[in-house]
Amino acid sequence: MKFLLNILEKTKKDLFAPGKPLEKAFYAFDAADSFFFSPSHVTHGTVHVRDSIDTKRYMSMVIMALLPPLLFGIYNTGYQAMLATGGPADLVSCFIEGLKWVLPLIFISYAVGGTWEAIFAVTRKHPINEGFLVTGLLFPLVLPPTLPLWQAAIGISFGVVIAKEVFGGTGMNILNPALMARAFCFFSYPASMSGDSVWVAITRDTKVLDGYSGATALGVALGVKSGASVAAEPVSLLASHGFTFEKLAMGFVPGSIGETSAVACFIGFIVLLISGVGNYRSTVGCVVGAVGMALVFNLMATDSMHGLFKMPPHYHLVLGGFAFGAVYMATDPVSSAATNLGKWIYGILIGVICVLIRTVNPAYPESMMLAILFMNEFAPLIDYYVVKAKNQRRSLRHA
Amino acid sequence: MLSKNDKKVLTDPLISNNPIAMQVLGICSALAVTTQVKPAFVMCVSVIVVMCVSSMVISLLRTGLPSRIRIIVELCVVASMVILVDQFLKAFLFDLSKQLSVFVGLIITNCIVMGRLEAFALMNKPFPSILDGLGNGLGYSIVLMFVAALRELLGAGKLAGIPVIPQALIDLGYVNNGLMVLAPGAFILLGLYIWAQNSLFPPKAGK
Repeated sequence: MKFLLNILEKTKKDLFAPGKPLEKAFYAFDAADSFFFSPSHVTHGTVHVRDSIDTKRYMSMVIMALLPPLLFGIYNTGYQAMLATGGPADLVSCFIEGLKWVLPLIFISYAVGGTWEAIFAVTRKHPINEGFLVTGLLFPLVLPPTLPLWQAAIGISFGVVIAKEVFGGTGMNILNPALMARAFCFFSYPASMSGDSVWVAITRDTKVLDGYSGATALGVALGVKSGASVAAEPVSLLASHGFTFEKLAMGFVPGSIGETSAVACFIGFIVLLISGVGNYRSTVGCVVGAVGMALVFNLMATDSMHGLFKMPPHYHLVLGGFAFGAVYMATDPVSSAATNLGKWIYGILIGVICVLIRTVNPAYPESMMLAILFMNEFAPLIDYYVVKAKNQRRSLRHA
Repeated sequence: MLSKNDKKVLTDPLISNNPIAMQVLGICSALAVTTQVKPAFVMCVSVIVVMCVSSMVISLLRTGLPSRIRIIVELCVVASMVILVDQFLKAFLFDLSKQLSVFVGLIITNCIVMGRLEAFALMNKPFPSILDGLGNGLGYSIVLMFVAALRELLGAGKLAGIPVIPQALIDLGYVNNGLMVLAPGAFILLGLYIWAQNSLFPPKAGK
């Protein structure tokens, strides 16, 4: 390591120090430098609050928490492909097959998004922020494995530039950049982001319509719009397609790369809690809201309504992107509400809106993304009223 | 031919005081009619005509116009002009007129038209008023054409109805961007235009 340190120090002195030829690109170099060694610019002087956590540690912990869904997602992508093509379905070959699909997406996401980050950091003369480490990994995990790479590149560019940098960079964005990137892809290239033929990694060419069709569990649960054929109970309908509750919770089903497994997301949630990086309020709020709304729909359901009205609440928690969104997207410290009470309100409303969109407008089965983005916009308002109410109570007490 | 002041009246609204990019007026039609270049172009010409003529008429009336009823008079003048333009389009460009549907009629409510009448034509002579109407109409058109060209190119792969995306690219897997056809696409492009303009020609401080 000493050798590496010497090289970096020498390059810094020769090329990037003030007055040297590459002075302008100092912060691009700084990012590479502090990737290997902890930065030399530390707190000094009469500062009394010292904490070992900084943005970089914080983001590293989130990356650790993202590992379970990431690893499972890679395995599952391969597993679904093997199921469809009849290839060998052992752990290693599934994992290798999955890597072939997932790795390029992750690479594109980091390379393109990172380039934008660097461009903005250099022109605005500030260090490259570590926030992108997480965004760059979250984005591929919410994509279908077959998304063409150029579309992923445009999506992450939109997420980084329009959703984050124009607002002033990490910490200033109103909306979650990874979700904005996904929303952009979803509305721009609906053929490669939704439907039945994109979830199983056989071919990246979306124009090959006779590709393997793997309906998602949400599509199945919707069932036939009944009337003549009274829709079967969603639970037995799902089971007849092979979607038992255990299988859905474990995640051995087609879907976006990282979001199929509620169990993997739950492990990630525990990591976030133990490391103190995550806050349980938004996530638990999501679950409470979703269960409550699903119960309301269960009460309303009549025979003529489609399957999602009748689906028991615990199925909602393991279907689609709900678990992943509740654990990793709703807890984003920048775009979620900041006050504790606000986090409860924010989380519960996400759960309610998610189930509401899923059930009432099945044209958008991936409602978690829309629900979180929608509530992102209201987070500052929620905080405003929470703080205001608190101040009012306080002033009454002391009046 | 033009005095220095007239030139300023004509060229200011093109960039440095652009009605859409700087004053953010007339956004409604900028979002609604810009999915394709052709209807956007017709819309631009209509707005320019309406603005020039109504500016001139109001400027001629300005000395005898009681200020209490000026808004009603302005509305009457603008509405008459818009009806003329609308009838003209229906007679000679029926297909495009159908595509533009209510948006030609809605020029009446375009804030730029009323804004310029109130801000300029009411206190200036007819000739500068016409120039002001023309300048602001052109400023509006620049932004509209930029947004429309990009939206048609990215959203439909065409420019003024002619396919421009090479077949080789489509064979490689290129797909049109569906977001650009929706209204949010116009919002995003408009935002990018304003961003680019503010970076290239920074507005003067204190303005």
